[in-house]
Amino acid sequence: MTPVLEFLQAIPYDQILIQTVNGIVTGMILALIASGLTLIFGIMDVVNFAHGELFMFGAYMGVVVLAATGSFWLALLLATLIVALIGAALQITTLRPLIGRDPLTTILATFGISLVMQNYALWQFGPVARKIQEPFTGQFTLFYLEYPWYRVLIAGLSAAIIGAFWLFLKYGTYGIWIRATTQDRVMAEAMGIPVSWVYTTVFAIGAGMAAASGVLFGPLVGVNHAMGLDWVLKAFIVVVVGGMGNLGGSIAASIFISLLEAYASIWVSPAQAVIVSFVVLILTLLFRPTGLFVPTPK
Amino acid sequence: MNKRSTTIYWTGFSVILALLIVAPLVLSEFWSRFLTEILIWGLLAMSSDILIGYTGMVSFGHSAFFGLGMYGAAAALLMVRPPNLWLAIVYGLIGSAGIALFVAYFSTRLRDIYFAITTLIFSQIFYVIIFTWTDVTGGENGLTFSRPALGIPGLFSVPFSSETLHWFVLAVVTASYLILRRITQSPFGMVLQSIRENEGRTRAIGYAVERYKIVAVMLSGLFAGLAGVLYAIQNRFAAPDFVYFLVSGETVIFNVMGGIGTLVGPIVGAAFFLLLRETFSRFFTEFYLIPVGVIFIAMVIFMPQGLLGFMRRWLNQ
Repeated sequence: MTPVLEFLQAIPYDQILIQTVNGIVTGMILALIASGLTLIFGIMDVVNFAHGELFMFGAYMGVVVLAATGSFWLALLLATLIVALIGAALQITTLRPLIGRDPLTTILATFGISLVMQNYALWQFGPVARKIQEPFTGQFTLFYLEYPWYRVLIAGLSAAIIGAFWLFLKYGTYGIWIRATTQDRVMAEAMGIPVSWVYTTVFAIGAGMAAASGVLFGPLVGVNHAMGLDWVLKAFIVVVVGGMGNLGGSIAASIFISLLEAYASIWVSPAQAVIVSFVVLILTLLFRPTGLFVPTPK
Repeated sequence: MNKRSTTIYWTGFSVILALLIVAPLVLSEFWSRFLTEILIWGLLAMSSDILIGYTGMVSFGHSAFFGLGMYGAAAALLMVRPPNLWLAIVYGLIGSAGIALFVAYFSTRLRDIYFAITTLIFSQIFYVIIFTWTDVTGGENGLTFSRPALGIPGLFSVPFSSETLHWFVLAVVTASYLILRRITQSPFGMVLQSIRENEGRTRAIGYAVERYKIVAVMLSGLFAGLAGVLYAIQNRFAAPDFVYFLVSGETVIFNVMGGIGTLVGPIVGAAFFLLLRETFSRFFTEFYLIPVGVIFIAMVIFMPQGLLGFMRRWLNQ
């Protein structure tokens, strides 16, 4: 029995608990990004490579509005609205002409958009990372750590935004149109739903949600022009693992993957912990290509 | 097909080849180096055309093969004394072929965007490994080494000048083009094209589609690795930046700009992209990707065939 006991004692319980909290917080941010991405894929068949850049733009808009007004909450609101408008404009100019073509062309077009946006941000804001001041700085004690309340707030706010979005999908007129278009595009059009505007709205909502998570996440790390790249990769993994176009699945997958990465980074460096989520993705694609968190297709 | 257009094709081929041979003697140092670089990136783009244009699988992971070719060459040049050119090529090809087999085994089970995402993720795995394994790969700084001499063991050995380097690269790229062209016209290449046109029907006829796809990915990875070796020899370093997925993205851009499924198209696309970069970086300095990106998006929307797409049938005869 001794080896078992030794093994049990060697488990760093306090670290695991801290990492659980961390994992849930990053998981909620990721869920906010990924739910926009999965919606855009599920409805429009668009693999949006520029999603990370919309996230990054949101964070920069937050920096700009915060500097102008001094209010974090106003910055969150305005950044979301501005980036949603940018998203709508991008969809109308570049993705609308591609409707009906191979979904792969949308990867190319959005990849082009992401290159342009990233370099525009570098040009406009420079290579030095900016900082968003967190709205309040209270902390509570978690073992040997002073854990900031703001992180807990992020998780709560993300959940609230996703919840509001879910209610909108369930009861709002446009929400019902969006669900109808997901189910059957042609039939929806025949019933008089303006499908091309539904597409634009979906893209704008996805962009807005990415921007909101950018502003929320801004205080935790510096805001710079390359911050979108890591997140878009993670969001892709989440969307595939959760099942393309499946909102609940991608939220579950966000938390699942963030927890795995958080636990892995107890033993290896965070840069290497990313490999854990890569492996999860590859295993998912090989054994359950429809996604981990969906019922087995018959 | 008919004899006349075959004659025109080979005449055109010889004229362009002759121009490329003479180029370093006429052009300034800067432009002849630029031309060599176009050829190397063109080889990378051409290798990915086997997948994108002929088999209908868009790979977003070619940076892994390219980078492994680079690091394989670096391993040969740093470990074996005196540095040997041919050994560098062999090491680079072994490295990229090994990785290609691994990636191909898993990714060819998936189709369309799932294939694209899987290759992208695989290349990021190798990027993370190379970036964090500092003891072996030099981490963020990469590896630097000296350029090997051009020679045949026992016969002669001369150090590379910029002209001989250009001719060497040109010879490798031309040989690769002829080999790839022969492959795409062989029965094997025809099966690949039928997979692109209708995978289900190809399987129904009785071809082992998965096996063909694995070989196609490996072939593509092998030539991408060759491009990596050439780039390493030209620039005398290997760096993790070249394994990052932006390089794969650029490879796809070369293909789309030049015209997929033509083999020469991707080289033209690489030339076009690098020329645009050169032109715009005079006005926009390091932000050249803003106008180049806009041009690329416009080409995706308005010119999906690319620059040479209209010659596709003729080039493949």
